[in-house]
Formats: sequence, C-alpha cells, structure tokens
Amino acid sequence: MAEITQSTPPAVNRNNRRVAFMGLGIAMGMVGLAYASVPLYQLFCQATGFGGTTRVATESPKGIIAREMKVRFDSNVANELPWKIQPAASITDKIGTVDTVNFVAQNLSDKPVTGRAIFNVSPEKAGAYFNKIECFCFTEQTLQPGETVDMPIVFFIDPELDSNNELDTIKEITLSYTFYASDNEGS
Amino acid sequence: MADIAHLEAHAAHDSAHDNHTPTGWRRWLYSTNHKDIGVMYLWFAVFTGIVGGLLSGVMRMELQEPGIQIFHGLAAMVYGMDPSAGEALDAGKHMYNVFTTAHALIMVFFVVMPATMGGFANYFAPLMIGAPDTAFPRINNIAFWLLPPAFILLLMSLFFEGTGPGALGFGGGWTVYPPLSTSGHPGPAMDFAILSLHVAGISSILGAINLITTIFNMRAPGMTLHKMPLFAWSVLVTAFLLLLALPVLAGAITMLLTDRNFGTSFFKPAEGGDPILFQHLFWFFGHPEVYIMILPGFGIISHIVSTFSRKPIFGYMAMAYAMVAIGFVGFVVWAHHMYTTGLSLDVQRYFVAATMVIAVPTGVKIFSWIATMWGGSITFKSPMLWAVGFIFLFTVGGVTGVVLANAGADRALHDTYYVVAHFHYVLSLGAVFSIFAAWYYWYPKMFGYMYNETLAAVHFWIMFVGVNLIFFPQHFLGLAGMPRRYIDYPDAFGFWNRISSVGYYITFVAMIVFFYATWEAFKRKRPAGNNPWGDGATTLEWTLSSPPPFHQFTTLPRIDSTKAH
Repeated sequence: MAEITQSTPPAVNRNNRRVAFMGLGIAMGMVGLAYASVPLYQLFCQATGFGGTTRVATESPKGIIAREMKVRFDSNVANELPWKIQPAASITDKIGTVDTVNFVAQNLSDKPVTGRAIFNVSPEKAGAYFNKIECFCFTEQTLQPGETVDMPIVFFIDPELDSNNELDTIKEITLSYTFYASDNEGS
Repeated sequence: MADIAHLEAHAAHDSAHDNHTPTGWRRWLYSTNHKDIGVMYLWFAVFTGIVGGLLSGVMRMELQEPGIQIFHGLAAMVYGMDPSAGEALDAGKHMYNVFTTAHALIMVFFVVMPATMGGFANYFAPLMIGAPDTAFPRINNIAFWLLPPAFILLLMSLFFEGTGPGALGFGGGWTVYPPLSTSGHPGPAMDFAILSLHVAGISSILGAINLITTIFNMRAPGMTLHKMPLFAWSVLVTAFLLLLALPVLAGAITMLLTDRNFGTSFFKPAEGGDPILFQHLFWFFGHPEVYIMILPGFGIISHIVSTFSRKPIFGYMAMAYAMVAIGFVGFVVWAHHMYTTGLSLDVQRYFVAATMVIAVPTGVKIFSWIATMWGGSITFKSPMLWAVGFIFLFTVGGVTGVVLANAGADRALHDTYYVVAHFHYVLSLGAVFSIFAAWYYWYPKMFGYMYNETLAAVHFWIMFVGVNLIFFPQHFLGLAGMPRRYIDYPDAFGFWNRISSVGYYITFVAMIVFFYATWEAFKRKRPAGNNPWGDGATTLEWTLSSPPPFHQFTTLPRIDSTKAH
C-alpha cells in the first residue's frame, strides 16, 4: 500500500526517484530525437541524394563523357490545382552536357492560381548525380486566368555517375514533377 | 546499500501496517498492490483479447470464400443501406480494413503488452527479485487505469467518420502510413486512434519506469543482477525497449496529428515534407515493439522449461545477454520493413546483414532451451506443453523471418500473406503461447487453485492444431502472391483460405475450452499448495503461499551466494 513508500527511508526514495527521472529523461529525449529526425533526415537526403533528392548546382560540370543518358520528364498535377502541364519531351545526350528543356504550364481556371512543384528522380540512386542549374521548382508561381508560361529547366548529369557500379545498367533517368496548389494566394 | 535500507523499511512497516487489506471496489480502483494490479491487467487482456479475436473471426469468415459475403451485409446493417447496393459494397470494403486495423492495434497494444508487461511482469518480477512491491505503487495504479480509457478511445474511433461519410473508422492498417492516415482519412476516426495510442503509450512508459526502478533498486539482499531470474531480466530489457521506442511512436503520431489538424507539413510532400520519413520513424519504434511483445515470453519459457526439466536453465549468462543483444540489435534493423521504398543497394545490404545478425542471439536462446531439456527429467504438464509448443512455433516464425530479411526475397513477398504468416507465427503463436504457458504455470500461484490438467492439455492440443491450420497455409498463399489487406481474392487462392478459416473455428473451440477450464478451476477450488511443480521450480514466488499474502516478504529473503537463479 501507499504506506510502503511513505515509510521507506529518504535514501531509498531518492534512489528510486533518481532512476525514475533518468527513465523519464530517456523517454523525453527520444521524443526530442523523433522531432530532430525531421531536419536531420532532410539534411541527410540533400547531402547524399537519398531517396532521389536532386542536387542544386551553381556551376557547370567538369567535363563531358562518351556515355549517353536518356532523360525523361514527367508531371503530375494535384486535384485541387486547375493547371494543365505539358512536360518536356525526353532528351538523349552525352553525360555532362548542359541541357535546357521547357515544361509548359497553363492555368485553366478564371482566377489567378499559385502553384508549386516538387520533384523526384528515378532511379532514386541517380538523384545524387542530377544537377539542376536553373529550375522552376524552387519558387512558387502564380498564373493569371488562362495564362500559359514556359517553365525552363537547365540541368546536367554529373559524369561521376559513370563510376557508380549500381548505375551501370541505367540508360534512362526520369525527372518527375508533382504540382500542388499553394496556400499563399497570388504571391 | 539500498537493500539494507529496505530491510529496515520493512521491519518498520510490518509493525505498523500488518494485515491492512482494502476490500470491495476500493481494493481494485485505488489499488497500489502490484499483485492486484497485475491481475487486473490480465483480466483486461482477456477481455480485449476476446474483442480482438472476434474481429479476426469476422475477417476469416469473409475470407473463407472468394467474393464478398459478410461485410457488405454488416455495412448495410450499420449504415442502414440497401445490402445489394454498390455503396454497401464500398462501405463493406472499408469496414474490412477497419477490422484489420483494429484487430492489429488491439492485439498489440491492448492484449499482448498488458498481458506480458502489465500482468505477468507486475505480478512476478517483484516476487522473483524478493521485493515487497514495485517502487512506485501509485504510478503503477495510474499506468493500469490509463489503459481502459485508451481502449475506449480506440473503440470510439470505430464509430467516427474515417475516409468520408458512410465510411466509419480508420482503415489504414496498424502502421498508419501517411498519406492514407492524413489526407486519406479526413474524418476524426484517425484522431481518436492517435489519442488512444498516446494514452496507451503513456501507460506503458510509466509502467516501464516503475519496473526498471523496481528491478534496479529493490532486489533482495544477495540478489545481484547476475543472479536475477531470467524473467526479471527479460522484463528489464523490455522496459528499456519501451522507454526508447514508444516515445518515437508518440512523436511520429503527434506529427501526424498536427499534419492533420494544425497545418504542419512533416509528411506532406506538397509543402516539403516526406511521407517516407514517417515510415522510418514508425519502424524505428515498430521493430523494437515486436521484441517488446516477445522478450517477456522468452523469460517465461526459460522458467517453465527449467522447472519441468528439473534442471537449471542451460547457459544462464548467455540467455540473459542474448536478450540484451536482441534488444540492442532490434534498434538498428528497422528499414528491413521498407525494402520496397527505394532504399539504395548499400542501405539494403546493411539492413539485410544486421537483420540476419538477430538470428544469432535468438538461436542461442532456442538451443539453450533445448539443451536445458536435454537429459532432463521432463514432465509434460500443461505449462510445459505450451512452452515446447512456443519453441516450435517461434522457430518456424523465426525461420520465415530470416527468409524475409533478404531484400531480394522480400521484394516478391512484401505485403503478401507470407508476411502475415511470419508475424503471426512469432507473435500470435509465439507471444500468445508464452502468455498461455505463463497462465497455466502461474495460475495456481495467482489464484491459489489448481486447474484441471486434462482440460488445460485439451486446450493446448486443440489450439495447437487450430492456429497451425490458420497460419501455415498462409505461407502458401503468400508465396503464390496473395496480397494482404484485401477483402477479396481470385478463386485460385480459395482452397488454402478455406483451410485457414477452418483453423480459426478450431481455435475458437480451443478458446471455449480455455474459458471453461478457468471457470472450472474457480468452481472446484482445488487448493494448489505453495509449490505444485516440485523441485524444478526454484524461483522465489514458489516459497510463498498461493496466492501470496497481500504484502509479501515481510522479512526480505536472503539469496544464497552459491545458489543461482
């Protein structure tokens, strides 16, 4: 009964309390770690290209190699976004070449609509070698009613890809965009 | 030092509060007695086990034949639809998924965990280490009484809107992956399930802290950690797993909750989140969780095998540290549940290798149990039947686990009935058999009566046949490519599904035998005596009366330094 704890001498109580607070500390620490994993996971993906996260490049590649790679483009539009997207045609070029392609977006509604794109590369392992110099994905875009715009992507594939054994059999890379409506109206 | 202090504490305590036993509802509602709380946990698990078992029964009836037989009618009854209408069919399909989800959550959080870490750990860990009670009796009380409200929240979730109007309950599986658990279930059913898990999680964490403190600080004089019975070891390791794993689940489902209701975007790709991150968090909890369910069983089985072989357990130290090793390695293998999410080959290689490593300490345990029996004077009393049944079934489940650990094989078997068969062999048959083993082993100790040995053996044999008939054919279904979590299947899978459903009915009969045997024992009131199992039962609980006095160990037992475990 409760009397047991009350009649227990202070030394034992202190000991018990210390273990209990250590246990509680571990539990709280693990909740903290769960939340800390969110930014850590993002950093990890950006650093390693894990899960098809692409790279943002500021400069051109070091060179062009003989191996060719076909790059396919794909787009999906979320239900709530009244846009029509025409993805760029696929392009085959030597690895390391800087290429420019255009997606075409059209606002089908009679209101200005802001959209935003997220992207992914398949196979995911190739993400780390896919460098985008310029891309519409980093910003939100607002299209006026009925407006049609070109959305350019300037990219190259890092020749380092050739030295990754896991990608020896890869002849095609797909860059896929998913467009979502943005909550910030008309930025 | 702590032990001496205890001794003094209890000398003082005895003179003041002897025979102070509360009665009536106060004894249970206000209980701070670890044995009463343990018994309440067990009855709670029996009740929730009936609910979870009946849910799976309806699923097995549905899957008995190809096509949809049961659920569109059930949905029609619940929603008042026309049973032949298409909407009743859709509602029925959703309801099947809701049943699957509820079955899993109930069995994991409200049956196995309360039975092992709530019931048996609370009752027997303090007895085995020679402690008068747990370290924090009031926290123990709170931990138990949090469970019924958590269970009610989960049941309530079944009656709130899930995917939309006319589709009540959450049907996204116990893994609650987004986006199905976020944008896929806009109704409040998922929120209730999340809150239920929060409350159940707090209960388990409080219970774990209490047990850790008890085992660290309240062992009887001479009871060093390396003399501690293996069940107490298993409880200690499991409590640490709870402490490290459950908060991660709590964090992950809190993120789901805020994503759903408060505009955060942890798992929403549209706003920069990543749904795969949830899978990482979930399985960082989820994999240790499966060890949380099975480790106490390991401890229980060790005692039973040793008792009924009349030999000390073979390789005590290896057995104890095998559990510690399983606990450690259990935290670094989580992504073997995620081979199909596009992990790179190197990551897959690591998780394959790390997962295989778990087979080593697990093998140590299996072989040590066999070595304990080897040359022993074995009596096949019912607890021993359950224990040997456990070893057999758990080994079958472990072997299919090694198959699934291979990323290459898993690519084909992921989310098929092969996986269902695997985890039911280790949990539904492994963990549940260990619970029944413990029930029949400690029943005379807890209630003071002896059950009818024949009835207990009949319960075992019917159940053994039944559960094998349910789950062994599911290996074939999985290898043939039948996916999990569907209400219907092509005719080609009909035969083994029918066998599997027949297995459920046999298991149902076994459960009737179980309840009858329990009732019979209470009715006949055959006194069990302090130790009905003879010389083999060496742990401290057998030195006490059956049932033990309300406050035990008024003088603390001294553990002889030459006699171990």
